[in-house]
Amino acid sequence: MEKSGKKNNRRDFLFTASYTIGAVGIGATIWPFIDQMNPDRSVKALATTEVDISQVEPGKSITVLWRGKPVFIKRRTESEISEAQSVDLNELKHPEKDEDRVKKAEWLVMLGICTHLGCVPLSDKGEYNGWFCPCHGSHYDTSGRIRKGPAPVNMEIPKYEFVDNNTIKIG
Amino acid sequence: MSDNYVPSSKFGKWFNDRLPLLSLSAHLREYPTPKNLNYWWTFGGILTFCLVAQITTGVVLGMHYVAHADLAFESIEHIMRDVNYGWLLRYIHSNGASMFFLAVYIHIFRALFYGSYKSPREVIWIIGMLIYILMMATAFMGYVLPWGQMSFWGATVITNLFSAIPLVGESITTWLWGGYAVDNPTLTRFFSLHYLLPFLILGLVILHIWALHVPGNNNPIGIEIQKPSKDTVPFHPYITIKDLFALLVFLIIFSGFVFFSPNILGHPDNYIPANPMVTPSHIVPEWYLLPFYAILRSVPDKLGGVVLMFASLFILIALPWLDRSKVKSAIFRPIYKWTFWLLILDVSVLGYMGAMPAEGTYLLIARVATAYYFLHFLVILPALSSVEKTDPLPLSISEPVLKG
Amino acid sequence: MSKKNLQFVLLFLFFISFTKLFAAGEKPIKVDWSFKGITGKFDRSSLQRGYQVYNEVCASCHSMNLLSYRNLGEKGGPEFSVDQVKAIAANFEVTDGPDSEGEMFTRPGRPSDKFVSPYQNIQAAMAANGGAYPPDMSVLVKARKGGADYIYSVLMGYEEAPAGFELEDGVYYNKYMYGNKIKMAKPLAEGSVSYADGTEATESQMAMDVTTFLTWASEPHLEARHQTGLKVIMYLIILTILVYFSMRRLWSRIDSKE
Repeated sequence: MEKSGKKNNRRDFLFTASYTIGAVGIGATIWPFIDQMNPDRSVKALATTEVDISQVEPGKSITVLWRGKPVFIKRRTESEISEAQSVDLNELKHPEKDEDRVKKAEWLVMLGICTHLGCVPLSDKGEYNGWFCPCHGSHYDTSGRIRKGPAPVNMEIPKYEFVDNNTIKIG
Repeated sequence: MSDNYVPSSKFGKWFNDRLPLLSLSAHLREYPTPKNLNYWWTFGGILTFCLVAQITTGVVLGMHYVAHADLAFESIEHIMRDVNYGWLLRYIHSNGASMFFLAVYIHIFRALFYGSYKSPREVIWIIGMLIYILMMATAFMGYVLPWGQMSFWGATVITNLFSAIPLVGESITTWLWGGYAVDNPTLTRFFSLHYLLPFLILGLVILHIWALHVPGNNNPIGIEIQKPSKDTVPFHPYITIKDLFALLVFLIIFSGFVFFSPNILGHPDNYIPANPMVTPSHIVPEWYLLPFYAILRSVPDKLGGVVLMFASLFILIALPWLDRSKVKSAIFRPIYKWTFWLLILDVSVLGYMGAMPAEGTYLLIARVATAYYFLHFLVILPALSSVEKTDPLPLSISEPVLKG
Repeated sequence: MSKKNLQFVLLFLFFISFTKLFAAGEKPIKVDWSFKGITGKFDRSSLQRGYQVYNEVCASCHSMNLLSYRNLGEKGGPEFSVDQVKAIAANFEVTDGPDSEGEMFTRPGRPSDKFVSPYQNIQAAMAANGGAYPPDMSVLVKARKGGADYIYSVLMGYEEAPAGFELEDGVYYNKYMYGNKIKMAKPLAEGSVSYADGTEATESQMAMDVTTFLTWASEPHLEARHQTGLKVIMYLIILTILVYFSMRRLWSRIDSKE
C-alpha cells in the first residue's frame, strides 16, 4: 500500500513538472510572435526630429511629421497669444493654462491630432480661431484647447525643446 | 468507441448533436494505435508540428516582408536587423523548411521500409505524395522571396524547365514570369502562392490523417491488427507522449541549426542581391531538391531531362502497384531489405551529385545513379514481388516475432 | 537491430569517404575567432578598431548600405557610447530633402541615418573602379563561402604571382581568391591606420579587426542568438528528460501486461 503510494507520488511529480515546465516554454515561445509587432529598432531610432523654424512668419504654422504623426508648429501673433492667455479656466472642458502648454509664448508646438478619434484638425478654423476638426466637429482655441464638440481633452503637447532660437527638437 | 461517445455535460451534448467536435476529439484520443510502433512512426506528429511552425512564423514574417524586386532583399535584412526577434523568426522559418524536408524524407523512407503504401493504404500514400510535391513547390517559391542571387537564378532555371514543353513551352514560361524574364511580377505572384500553398497542404494533411484513420496505422511487423484489445493502445496518452518525446529531441537538433549554424544549409550567394546580369558560377538548389536536380542534369536533352525529373516523382505515386509483394514490412523481406538500403544510398549519391558541377566523373556517376533509381522502381520491385521468398510472418502483433 | 545499424553505419561511412574524394581547392586560413563556438562573443575593442579600419580604408570604395550609425552603439556590437555614435554620424554629410522649396540639401548625419555610400549607385562605383563593383559589405561575410576565415585569408593572401601566371592590368594575384585573380589592390599595409587604443596596427591585426567588424555587420544579433540558443537547448534537454520518464511511467502499464 505504502509502496504504490510512493510510486503514484513520483508519477504525479513527473507529470506536474512536465506540464509546468512545458507551459513556461510555450509562454516563452509566444512572446517573440507578439513582440515582433511592437515598434522595431529603426522606428524607435526616428523618435526625435529636429525642425528649422526660422522661415515661419508670425500667424503662420508649419506641420511636420514626427513618429508618423503630424505636429503643428504655430508662430502665434500677439492677439492670438493674449486671446489664449485671457480665457477663464472655468470655461474650459479640460482646464489648462496657456503658459503651461508652451515653452515660449510665441511658439505653440502640439500634436495635430484631434483627441476624439484621431483625425487631423484644420487650422484657422472653428468658432475659437484655432483649429476645427471636420470629422466630428470639435473646436479648439489658439492654445489647442478643446472648447466645443465631442473631443474629451486638449490637443497633446509632445516632448520638445529649443536647441537654439531657430531649431526645435521634437521627442 | 468514439462513435458511441456521449458528452457528460448537458451543454456538451447539445453542442455535439449539432457539431460533433467532441466526438471527433474523443475519436482522436481513443484512436486504437498499434502498440509496437517504433520511433520512425513519430515523424507524422513532427511533420504536423513543422507545418504549423512554418505557417505561424511565415504569417508573422509576412507582416514585415515587402514583395518587390527593389525592396525584398532589404526587407529581409530589415527583419534580421531591426524587427524584434526578427532574426529568430526568420531563422526558424528558413531552417524550418530544411527540418520539414528532413522529417518528410524520414517519413517517406519509413513508409518504404515498412510497406505502408500497400493495400489498404494506397490513398494515404497518394495524398502524401501530393503533399510532398506541394511542399517542394512551396519551398522553391519561398526560396525566391529573399531575392538574392540564388533566389533569382534558381527561379530562372526552374521556370525554364517548362520551356522544354514542345509548342507551348515559351508561352508558358512567359505566362509564369509575367514578363520576358524573372522579374518583379514573378516575385509578387510567388509571394502570393507561397502564402497560399501551405494552407492547401494543411487541407491535404487533414485528408491524409482522415485516410489513415480508416484502415488504421501500419506497424513495424506489417500485419493487420487482430485483436484491438491486445494489439493496440489508445492514441492519447500513449502515442501523444511518445510523439512529444520524439518532437523534443527533434527540436533540440532544430535549435542547434537555428541558434548555432543558421546559414549552414543555405547558400552564401543568396546574401548577394539578385543581379539579372551575372549568374553565379555554380547554381544549386536547396539540399532537399538536389536528387531531382541531379536527375534533371543527367540527361543531355532538355525535354528528356525535364520528363525524367517529373517521372522520378510521379513514379512514386504508382508505387503501390509496382510493388505487388503481399508482405509489407522489409523485416520479412530479405532481398527487398537490401534494395531499400541501396535506394537510400542511390538517392544520397544523386543528392551529392546534384551539388557538384555537371561534368566528367560527376555526370557519369549521376547517370548511373539515375538509371538505378528507375531500375529500382520499374524492374527490381516488380520482379521481387514474384521472385523473393519472404520470411514467415508472426501470427499477431502481440506475439513474439518469429525469426526466419 | 544491431545488424541493421551496422548496415546503416557501413553505408554512411562509404558515403562520407566517397564525398571526401571530391573535396579540393585552397582552404582558407583557420582563425580562432572569439565569436566562434556556441558561447562565442565579439571582442568589443576589436569591433571598434575594425570600424576604424573599415572607415579609413574600405569605406572609400565599399558601401555598407544596410547599416545605420545607430547600430554602432547597439548592444552586441562595437557598443560605442551614445555621444561617440552622434559624433561619428555627424562626420558624414547626408543628403536629405526635399525641403519646402523642393530642393535636396545636405546636413550632418544623425545616428538614425544609414551609412553614407562612397558612390551614388552601382554604375558609378563600377566606373570608378575599372568595371569591377566593390561589393557592399553589409552581409559580405555571409555572402562568401568560408565566411570570416575567407575574408581574412583574402586580406592576407596577396602574393607575388607564381612564374608564368598571367595577370592583366589592374588585376592582382591572391592566393585565396577564386581563380587567384582580384581587382582590388592590396588594401592593408603595416600602419595603414593608427589605432586610438595604442594597439599596434600590423597587417594581420587590422585584417582580424576589420573581419570581426564585418562579421558583426553581417550578423548583428550573433551574441543574442548564442545566448538564447544555450538557454533554449538547456530548457529542451530538461523537458525532454522529464517527458522521457513520464513516457516510461505511462508505458510501464502496457509493457507489464506482456
